[in-house]
Amino acid sequence: MPPEVRAAYADALAVVGNPSSIHSAGQAARAVLDDARGRIASTLGVDAVELTLTGGGTEAVNTGVKGLYWRRQRDVARPVILLTAAEHHATLDAVDWLVANAGARAVIVPVDPAGRMRVDALEDALATHGDAVALVTMLAANNEVGTLQPVTEAAALASAHGVPLHVDAIAAYGQLPLAPLPAGVSAVSISAHKIGGPVGVGAIVIRRGVDVEPLLHGGGQQRGRAGTMDAAGAVAFAVAAEHAHADLESRAAHKRALRDRLAAGIRESVPQAVLSGALAEGATGDALPGTVHLRVPGAEGDSLLFLLDQAGFAVSTGSACQAGVPEPSHVLLAMGVSESDARGALRITLGPETTAADIDGLLAALPSAVERALAAGLAARTPRLGR
Amino acid sequence: MRVLAAMSGGVDSAVAAARAVDAGHEVVGVHLALSRMPGTLRTGSRGCCTIEDSLDARRAAEKLGIPFYVWDFSERFADDVVNDFIDEYAAGRTPNPCMRCNERIKFAAVLEKALALGFDAVVTGHYAHIVTDENGNRELHRAGDEAKDQSYVLGVLTSGQLAHAMFPLGTTPSKAEVRAEAAARGLSVAQKPDSHDICFIPDGDTRAWLGERIPPRQGLIVDREGAALGEHDGATSFTVGQRRGLNLGRPAPDGRPRFVLEVRPKENTVVVGPKEALAIRELAGARFTWAGLDPVASGIAAGDARGRVSEFACKVQVRAHADPVPAVAQVVSATSGDRGDGAERGDASEGDDAGNAGNAGALELVVRVDEPLMGVAPGQTAVVYVGTRVLGQCTIDRTVSAVPVTA
Repeated sequence: MPPEVRAAYADALAVVGNPSSIHSAGQAARAVLDDARGRIASTLGVDAVELTLTGGGTEAVNTGVKGLYWRRQRDVARPVILLTAAEHHATLDAVDWLVANAGARAVIVPVDPAGRMRVDALEDALATHGDAVALVTMLAANNEVGTLQPVTEAAALASAHGVPLHVDAIAAYGQLPLAPLPAGVSAVSISAHKIGGPVGVGAIVIRRGVDVEPLLHGGGQQRGRAGTMDAAGAVAFAVAAEHAHADLESRAAHKRALRDRLAAGIRESVPQAVLSGALAEGATGDALPGTVHLRVPGAEGDSLLFLLDQAGFAVSTGSACQAGVPEPSHVLLAMGVSESDARGALRITLGPETTAADIDGLLAALPSAVERALAAGLAARTPRLGR
Repeated sequence: MRVLAAMSGGVDSAVAAARAVDAGHEVVGVHLALSRMPGTLRTGSRGCCTIEDSLDARRAAEKLGIPFYVWDFSERFADDVVNDFIDEYAAGRTPNPCMRCNERIKFAAVLEKALALGFDAVVTGHYAHIVTDENGNRELHRAGDEAKDQSYVLGVLTSGQLAHAMFPLGTTPSKAEVRAEAAARGLSVAQKPDSHDICFIPDGDTRAWLGERIPPRQGLIVDREGAALGEHDGATSFTVGQRRGLNLGRPAPDGRPRFVLEVRPKENTVVVGPKEALAIRELAGARFTWAGLDPVASGIAAGDARGRVSEFACKVQVRAHADPVPAVAQVVSATSGDRGDGAERGDASEGDDAGNAGNAGALELVVRVDEPLMGVAPGQTAVVYVGTRVLGQCTIDRTVSAVPVTA
């Protein structure tokens, strides 16, 4: 957490009071909260009233998916949810729950080999399922491979069919400018901790004219959410959001240059590696400025992670939520990567402090790490010892 | 040395890792993810595959200040341990999955990966003792704590595997001491219950678990002469030595209880007989290994060019908690062994998923016990000891009854 966020958070904690109380302490808290909400909203180009604070990104996504789904059942049954198989687990699990418990039917819109939702397939699905569609939900950028998604096109299609669109922008927020939101986007989920804010603070944009059923009941303090509001969390989120959006274009450009330097270096000096997503050979489109995802077929991602960690580079094998539970990335499988090749996945995320020297250091360490990891092979291979 | 501490999340492996750190080694903790659908919480004494265990291992590693990783060996484990367990039962044998895990996962798949990634050894919390003789040869010995001794389940290790194994708990006099040490080190797992069930059978109900995986077929229950006595609902749900659940309806002519003597999955029959017929005087297996120098190189037996080994006195142990019993062992040509006139049980021909391919078929480790021995079933591992030293082992293919069928 950057120092200015920490300081603002601590200062705000000193402002006691329930923002919903009307005594003066409550009013002070309310003023702090309203100010923070407006500042967060402005980073997305929306009004303060359109922003509902939540207890983190997962709650925001659940509100977007379940809240829109339930609301859309009010007049007639609309069981169909359109989504790709490469969504974040917050979306996939929420949709699974609706399928199991609320009569929903998930219709999977395919992604292309870069992990991008296929707009033509979305158009077909909307035409096929027509009035039965409750909502479309998609990512702004894939959180694992970084591929930017066709939100503008999808929003236009959904809007033309009168279907609300929820966008999980948690991975993209603060990495790329998202404002102004494309016409036809109904709801957008974001999270504070991805941009250096506190964990357990998030928000969902619910555009004017869009309604969601709340997940939580008990007071109705915000649109689509009950519960006493976290004024200090909102302030910290606002400071982190402004910090992330100051010079966003130039910082994104800097990261993009480093990312391209890393990708070019990998193509040149690690021929055993395959870049994923929009950075793959022959792929079109773009990716998040700070994400490089690659696979080394025949190696385990955990071998690569171990060797690079020992060399001083913190990388990851998949999305953090799967750590501890071995399963190949569902994103890679959705992109058509084999289960075996998906095991050799490695995600490198560039931070604000990353320098060109860091990139060159990583490029120097990668070839021998890849060679060793390939020598160690896949965990499924038959060992020589013990037979 | 650079050593990999396999950390299950239990107290033993945590203290073993701590001692490796104290000994000056560069230690990295690794939790092995062995189940694809890990249960969230530990229940009772079971298992080492839950997320809770993984978190316990991580906390211990943090306490020791060592790097910690989770490595996925679930596929290998499913093939070599879980499916092997099912296949062995389906073949009418009684396997020991913990031995298979040591033989093929911890000191094979994991060790090979560790060596490839630059480690020198794998450290575990097993209670067994490695002794290096004056010529640098490694020997595996029983642990200082006889009650906790786990040399039996390590008896499958070969010299190539022992060369890179490290058991820091081997000479500790008692488990209580290990728990006290864990508490003194501030390890949160100090009072965690021991695991002693099969980790991949979450509720401990092995029969029910197997029943879901081996489709039961009705068949005959016969006596040793082959006369039909009744029917069963699936031969593979019976174990040698079992008395209950036969439901034969009428007693034996002599009025004495009958026990399962043999399961014949190919014929789908269960052979029953009197208790004394369970006693064996000889056991043998073609899948045998030596845990270090073989008996000839160790100077306790003579060998010949065909790999045969002359008789030598030893003790043999047939289960993890069985008492070792005096015996005489030898290696013979599998076709020329003196089988006597006893009734043979087991089916050697089904045992050729051979661990020791070089031995399969050609040679056989034969162990003759001094006194008749109960509770021996094909598929079990017979570990041969000389003093405290583990000499080697075989998977039991066949046994010879101490009580021949009377005509």
